[in-house]
Amino acid sequence: MHHYKTASELRKLLLKREISAKELLDESYKRIKEVNNKLNSFISLTKDLAYKTAGEVDEKIKINADLPPLAGIPLAIKDNMCVKGTTTTAASNILKNFVPPYDATIVKKLQENLVPIIGKANLDEFAMGSSTETSAFGITRNPWDTNLVPGGSSGGSAVAVASGESVLALGSDTGGSIRLPASFCGIIGMKPTYGRVSRFGLIAYASSLDQIGPFGRCVEDVALTLQAISGHDPMDSTSINQPVPDYTARIKEDIKGLRIGVISEMLGDGINPDVKAVIENAVKTYENLGANIEEISIPHTKYAISTYYVIAMAEASSNLARFDGVRYGYRTPKSESLLEMYTKTRAEGFGEEVKRRIMLGTYALSSGYYDAYYKKAQQVRTLIKKDFDKAFESVDLLLSPVCPVTAFEIGSKTDDPLSMYLMDICTLMANLSGLPGISLPCGFDTKGLPVGMQLLGPVLSEELMLKAAYNFEQATGYHLKHPEL
Amino acid sequence: MITKKDVEHVAKLARLELSEQEKEKYTEQFSNILDYFNQLKEVNTENIEPMVHVLPVRNVMREDKAEYASNKEEILKNAPVEEDGYFKVPKI
Repeated sequence: MHHYKTASELRKLLLKREISAKELLDESYKRIKEVNNKLNSFISLTKDLAYKTAGEVDEKIKINADLPPLAGIPLAIKDNMCVKGTTTTAASNILKNFVPPYDATIVKKLQENLVPIIGKANLDEFAMGSSTETSAFGITRNPWDTNLVPGGSSGGSAVAVASGESVLALGSDTGGSIRLPASFCGIIGMKPTYGRVSRFGLIAYASSLDQIGPFGRCVEDVALTLQAISGHDPMDSTSINQPVPDYTARIKEDIKGLRIGVISEMLGDGINPDVKAVIENAVKTYENLGANIEEISIPHTKYAISTYYVIAMAEASSNLARFDGVRYGYRTPKSESLLEMYTKTRAEGFGEEVKRRIMLGTYALSSGYYDAYYKKAQQVRTLIKKDFDKAFESVDLLLSPVCPVTAFEIGSKTDDPLSMYLMDICTLMANLSGLPGISLPCGFDTKGLPVGMQLLGPVLSEELMLKAAYNFEQATGYHLKHPEL
Repeated sequence: MITKKDVEHVAKLARLELSEQEKEKYTEQFSNILDYFNQLKEVNTENIEPMVHVLPVRNVMREDKAEYASNKEEILKNAPVEEDGYFKVPKI
């Protein structure tokens, strides 16, 4: 059984021919069969596609051909990324029969790297949520305790990796949607710099904030996956046209003298005492590793939730206008006129949270309210970005919890949307400022649930962040503990 | 303060049909959420540029050259109703 082995460990087995890429897939699908009824991490499986890639890998191994670093390693993708010929739903009824006529750029890159895509992971509908409870295909459960949420919106991707169904996964992060579920599930998740990974073929939620990134059970796996998917793409005009460094080349170097700023606003009131204690302990580990720690203030933190949600909802209302029942997706069977077809299709096709965000976004953009909400939020966004620019004048990286609490009970926040939005307080400023962020396991609360630590860095500092994360991981080993299923 | 009339107006702009129950629920929830968002009014944003985008990109141009995207049949396969190679909709 290889459920919890890392990509590097599995690669050795593949190259020694102790296991074939096909057998690795067999094991993944067997594991999915065993545990997925408890967890519901997948919307659909893409077996034909995966075995085709695995077959290519096994052929190459047979003739001793060169293999890309992640060749044959099972990977799950969030079901808001288009795979040609494969149903891609964004966990919404409005897209439940949508079969994209093209591949997302990340899918092409994974295929070039011979990484088998094993299935489409569950998410909050259109990635709008922090708990993976709003999917039209049922909630996903946390493998550490199935009464709890896995975090969201990329909950299916995180659970697939945390439960050993997959070795790797991709998610998308608009306000914390990779980092939060990574933290609740005790694995590593990374949101790269905005523009580092192409968004072409990612079903848009809020285009100025969305970014695709990897999940893994160790930092090195996350670095290798980021390597495979990064780079400029002419199909995404916001993708960054700069060379991609070798993310693992210097990952093992020490971090003596690294300046880490602990964000004071994120360890104040409202942070669960267990989480606070675990984070303070993690800070000590960094001190022991030779880092210089100081406290840093991000003064506009208090306005981050409002700023983020106004902007995200406004962009969502605009992006989701395309779902009109004309060209693809669901159409109501009962309409007499075009207008009625639009309003009924959208009423029947979208779930409650998506409608709420479309409505609030429309409101924030509507005549008479634009200046008070949308423009104001954009101005505060500038101020938040300036807070970070200033912070990075005196430190190399910033440190905080990923979330003020650990995984919460299913259903406990669904009636109070604002209480759900507050879960994103520590993560969403990275999206507003375009900065990279990583979530890594840093201990457990008194109930035994994983606590995640977040590192944030300046634009395109992924290499440094991965090195800092790797050093912590090797010094502590929290990533080696897995849920019992 | 958000009224049911506001919710109806926004629903119309957003092309969403809402049930009576949804209207009442959203009226209450929107009041709470917008109350919270109103804290933005405290921030002094005089002479602060609104940020449209984090990257300094403007008008990314490429060569004006036709390229193959997808074929018509594949695209039309997703159409809820199609006729003679066109998307068909109810009368306006």
